[in-house]
Amino acid sequence: MRYYFTLAVTLVILWLGLSGVYKPLLFALGAASVALVVWLTERMEVLGAEHDPATLSWRLLVYWGWLVGQVILSNIAVARAVLDPRRIQPTLIQVPVRQQTNMGRVTYANSITLTPGTVTTWLASNGDRAQVHALLADAVEGLETDAMGQRVQWLEGKPR
Amino acid sequence: MIETLITVLSALMLLTGGAFAVIGGVGVVRFPDVYTRLHAGGVTDTIAPLLIVGGLVLQSGWHLLSFKLLLILLFLLFTTPTASHATARAAMAAGIEPVTRDGRSASGDSSSNT
Repeated sequence: MRYYFTLAVTLVILWLGLSGVYKPLLFALGAASVALVVWLTERMEVLGAEHDPATLSWRLLVYWGWLVGQVILSNIAVARAVLDPRRIQPTLIQVPVRQQTNMGRVTYANSITLTPGTVTTWLASNGDRAQVHALLADAVEGLETDAMGQRVQWLEGKPR
Repeated sequence: MIETLITVLSALMLLTGGAFAVIGGVGVVRFPDVYTRLHAGGVTDTIAPLLIVGGLVLQSGWHLLSFKLLLILLFLLFTTPTASHATARAAMAAGIEPVTRDGRSASGDSSSNT
């Protein structure tokens, strides 16, 4: 029940943000759309703890801030490699995945891919390691220090 | 005064964002194989929208438009890694060996066992 409530609240905020025209008819249409989507998700039985935005904590904002910083740094490195392709040292490495939840593992793998210069090519089905293709030697060193992995573990709720 | 500052800052962000998008495109042409090209595409996928949406949000200020722009950025940042990963997985599954610096190919043996 809680999941349906948070889903409805999220959808209402999304609709209000995207609409911008606040007239009774449109409010009624918006309410009908939200009700329809909530009813469909109930019928499809797709809603679970993984989709509940209310489980996200303030840690996510801190993590996103850090991640944007990392993305900017690695973008500069990759852009320099584009301008001077002799810099590139493509390598394929295996990295351990230490997150406890599936959500944490996917967040880690997706964060690696989001950062330019590293792409997750494979995540083990039992989730304990991943294969990463890295463009630059610096990126390999960065992955071996596990700075990002530790931050995702902190995001999962583990004290640092 | 503040207004001029915001306009200049937003113009700078839009220009650098555009420059990064072009650099990403150049990288896609220059790099040797599909995996390295994905990294170049990553530049166009991440910092270019960050800077361009950031510049546009500065232009629109506290407006509903900014909320919409940030939503575009959010969806873009969530979906592009998935697309990159799918491309890399597909290339691995097709048996394309990544090139390495010294010419030998790294082992891609674990790509098929899921």
